[in-house]
Amino acid sequence: MTRDEIKDLILEIIEDIDEDAEFDGLDADAPLRDQLDLDSMDFLDIVMELRKRYKLQIPEEEYPELATLTSCVNYLEPKLKDA
Amino acid sequence: MSDLSARERFVITGVGLTAPGGANDLPEFRRRLLGGVSGISTIDLRYMGKAPAGICAFEETRYRKKKENKRGTRAGCIGVYCAGEALADAGIDFSGYARAKTGVYIGLTEHGTVETENEVYNISQFDYNVDYWTHHHNPRTVLNNPAGEITMNLGITGPHYTVGAACAAGNAALIQGVQMLKLGEVDLALCGGISECVGSFGIFASFKAQGALAEHPDPTKASRPLDRERNGIVISEGGCVFTLERLDRALARGAKIYAEIAGYAMNSDARDFVLPYGPRQSECMRLALERAGMEPGDITIINTHATGTLQGDIEECKAVREVFGECPGTWTNNTKSSIGHAMGAAGVLELAGNLSSFTDNMIHPTINLDNLDPDCALPGLVAGTARKVDRVNAVLNNSFGMVGINSVIIVKRFVAN
Repeated sequence: MTRDEIKDLILEIIEDIDEDAEFDGLDADAPLRDQLDLDSMDFLDIVMELRKRYKLQIPEEEYPELATLTSCVNYLEPKLKDA
Repeated sequence: MSDLSARERFVITGVGLTAPGGANDLPEFRRRLLGGVSGISTIDLRYMGKAPAGICAFEETRYRKKKENKRGTRAGCIGVYCAGEALADAGIDFSGYARAKTGVYIGLTEHGTVETENEVYNISQFDYNVDYWTHHHNPRTVLNNPAGEITMNLGITGPHYTVGAACAAGNAALIQGVQMLKLGEVDLALCGGISECVGSFGIFASFKAQGALAEHPDPTKASRPLDRERNGIVISEGGCVFTLERLDRALARGAKIYAEIAGYAMNSDARDFVLPYGPRQSECMRLALERAGMEPGDITIINTHATGTLQGDIEECKAVREVFGECPGTWTNNTKSSIGHAMGAAGVLELAGNLSSFTDNMIHPTINLDNLDPDCALPGLVAGTARKVDRVNAVLNNSFGMVGINSVIIVKRFVAN
């Protein structure tokens, strides 16, 4: 997957969690949690969805890598390069 | 009870409900019940196939976002809707009541069955690898879940919990609300019952295995308590939440008063897992009457619990006949014939369905009663069409449940001293 595709994937998963999520003006380098109505359980939903779709096992200590949209892409790019 | 002070009297001032077939407020529910309209349709369940069932369709996002509905449970979704509607109906915005002195008491027949079945199905798609088991499972299945979802939605910081009392649970939670008001633990009680049972194939399958799941080619005719052709229960979802207040507080804010709690009782059969026991049910009715300071003839409407099972209906009818004998001014009806068995919500939904009798002096009919079982013959049975009476003074509401639990609530027309 390309970086843009990964970004779209993350936004699609977030939209699935909260279809009212507003992505206009989203700062890719700022924490998603500060900009969207997301809490720790929602991040676990993102982790679960990646596991279900791509069999990705994200260890708990690496959850902080999902904090921003850019960090998500950076973290997932090598893992999803063949996806 | 009329000599009690207004501090010791408790009144229902708001009703929020969703009933099978699309009745999502009391006036619509009443209209359908008086018209003898069935709310039963057909459900198609995983593993089970088709069965008659009572399904609710209400505005799920009226009081919270879709996101919260997805995270929470169906019971929570129903509860939030009913609580929001009850408060709106009562005109309570927490300017006069403290959220810390508000209690939420919700009756449940069971909880967690739907969520667990869904999750087992979910991991079956992943070769039963529990890594795919959802992190939402525990907060969804803790037994306080539906009541807790209501408090989160409304910012209520007083106590909340659910009352597990099989199919007597709605009444039991209403009784709990009265008791907490009596104790002064809370100033306002949101109490009622909820059922999300139609989401569980296991609940259907268990009744079927027991020979107690209703079958009929026409789902609207499947729920037929007291009828010779009855063959079991129609499982329904639904919810009903009342706002319950002390009379003095209700009067002070000029609240609309639906009814006053007159008396209540609960007891246990202490006999059998599933078979009901008429003698204990009649003891329960007598105890409620005694606490209400009433004689059997003071009751205008007996709303029966009868679910459409062969033995259950007969047991209750024996108990009612034993207590009420020939009371010429007492009438009986059955709400499940219209909405099926809403389990934890049954007691309160059925009570709600009869509350308007105090204003319209009508008794809603028992429907699908084409051929009365002689063993279920009750004096004053209102069947087929609604009956107009001179004045409805008191309603006695029966709700009984598995493992031998009985509950009776009596509400009466509010009359100021």
